[in-house]
Amino acid sequence: MKEYTYSEKKDTRSGFGAGLLELGRTNPNVVALCADLVGSLKMGDFIKENPERFYQVGIAEANMMSLAAGMTIGGKIPFTGTFANFSTGRVYDQIRQSIAYSGKNVKICASHAGLTLGEDGATHQILEDIGMMKMLPHMTVINPCDYNQTKAATIAIAEHVGPVYLRFGRPVIPIFTPADQKFVIGKAVMLNEGTDVSIFATGHLVWKAILAGKILEEKGISAEIINIHTIKPLDEEAILASVAKTKCVVSCEEHNRLGGLGDSIAQVLVKNTPMPMEYVAVNDTFGESGTPDELMEKYGLTENDIVAAAERAIARKNA
Amino acid sequence: MNPHNKSIDELKQVAAQVRRDIVRMVHGVSSGHPGGSLGCTDYLVSLYFKVMNYSTDFDMDGKNEDMFFLSNGHISPVWYSTLARAGFFDPKELTTFRKLNSRLQGHPATEEGLPGIRIASGSLGQGLSVAVGAAQTKKLNNDPSLVYVLMGDGELEEGQLWEASMYAPHHKVDNLIATVDRNGQQIDGSTEEVMSLGDLRAKFEAFGWHVLEANGNSFETLLPALDEAKAATGKGKPVMILMDTEMGFGVDFMMGSHKWHGVAPNDEQLEIALQQLAVNVSSDY
Repeated sequence: MKEYTYSEKKDTRSGFGAGLLELGRTNPNVVALCADLVGSLKMGDFIKENPERFYQVGIAEANMMSLAAGMTIGGKIPFTGTFANFSTGRVYDQIRQSIAYSGKNVKICASHAGLTLGEDGATHQILEDIGMMKMLPHMTVINPCDYNQTKAATIAIAEHVGPVYLRFGRPVIPIFTPADQKFVIGKAVMLNEGTDVSIFATGHLVWKAILAGKILEEKGISAEIINIHTIKPLDEEAILASVAKTKCVVSCEEHNRLGGLGDSIAQVLVKNTPMPMEYVAVNDTFGESGTPDELMEKYGLTENDIVAAAERAIARKNA
Repeated sequence: MNPHNKSIDELKQVAAQVRRDIVRMVHGVSSGHPGGSLGCTDYLVSLYFKVMNYSTDFDMDGKNEDMFFLSNGHISPVWYSTLARAGFFDPKELTTFRKLNSRLQGHPATEEGLPGIRIASGSLGQGLSVAVGAAQTKKLNNDPSLVYVLMGDGELEEGQLWEASMYAPHHKVDNLIATVDRNGQQIDGSTEEVMSLGDLRAKFEAFGWHVLEANGNSFETLLPALDEAKAATGKGKPVMILMDTEMGFGVDFMMGSHKWHGVAPNDEQLEIALQQLAVNVSSDY
């Protein structure tokens, strides 16, 4: 198992803030909108340097999405910022008609996704956003795994022409990807080569997959671990190359098991090479209040859950 | 410059042609929305044949051009006909309206690349926000041209329009001329029966808009109102025209009733309508 160390922990939303700040300095067409959550989205540094390119929308997310669509006409690249729940479910029709169907170059930047939002509870813990966004034609869906990757993804999506959903979160987690790693949309990142099981993880679950890989190694199991930061377009080539070796799969995501990364992978497998697959995901339920760690434990999203899923997948393969 | 810059007499001719197109288009496919289309014909014809500065060589970004957004996308027939007659595409393409593989979708869309359309509309309530966004980009680009947007009055029941109505004055979006088609009708009946809109002038003024009123079915009053609206731009407030129109205007049996919101005429009704719209018209598609 390849060694992954870290010297610092940060929240992925801060990676977004840092990426946006850099874009403010390098791309004069980037503009930002926020629905009364500037601090939560870490947009303050961008606003300080570029007040004329920032639009405070107030608590009016529907307006924000359609405004952003309109701002693209004339060449601006709008980045919208609010919580993932209010970036998707609340404004699905605006995104669908004004942004996705209209092919507008809007970057929907969504923080506080998933259970790790914590104590605010299920009203704010959206677990369906990846599904909603990936079902929209033209939409790119990205869920980076740490501060560095979120910063790199933020910078990369400004270069991509077309609507993007960028999902990140609140908890402080290890920074384990290199600061200079280029972010390539749609290109999975190999974290550890292995032969017994393919673990495909996205977002906050990538670090947990690495922890799981170490535990599996101690048990004599060789896990291949791949970071699927882009759920759409999915890197089918990387998935098929991996499963050709391992013949069984675990998918890991902080999302409902319905409609997320796992379902996208399952579709690739069914079409090309059916094989045992286990999901580490929320089991079609809402979340609740609690600390992030308590919630990840209760809803089955820890490294131990990944280990158990890997063992189940391998047992099915060998049955 | 407006590429046509027609006189009032000429505008009336164009409007009659557009109205003929509208009833023929919806008849041709036995669906679509003639009522609001006929009511807003004089407004659309005024913009594209007199008021707006634009090029018919369509460019999505429209820098240094006035641009128009249709929020109540269901009145697509009037927009498609106006765009075709203004020179964006061949009027013969109007025969494809609402048919398979057409660029003229039931509601306006960009997906098929129809020149003149900058965003999809149909799901109501979004167009004002889009127009405000486009107007703000014009400001960032130091582009002095204007953004126009049309909404239905029933559409004002959508909450997002009031979000945008609060936002535009706050951000001093004063390069925007919005218009409400005040025809008083919606699918289930009159607006006052379905959801009373109250004093729209007082409402928009309270939100911080510069509000004008106009008769939308008379070039003699509509053109001066549009001039007045233009003169009111650049003064720190967005401009709103409350435009009285009659649904179905120009075809007597369609006028003043919500029943022709989304119903196409049959063969006999089409003939009656075309007879009423026959003045000096010889260029049907």
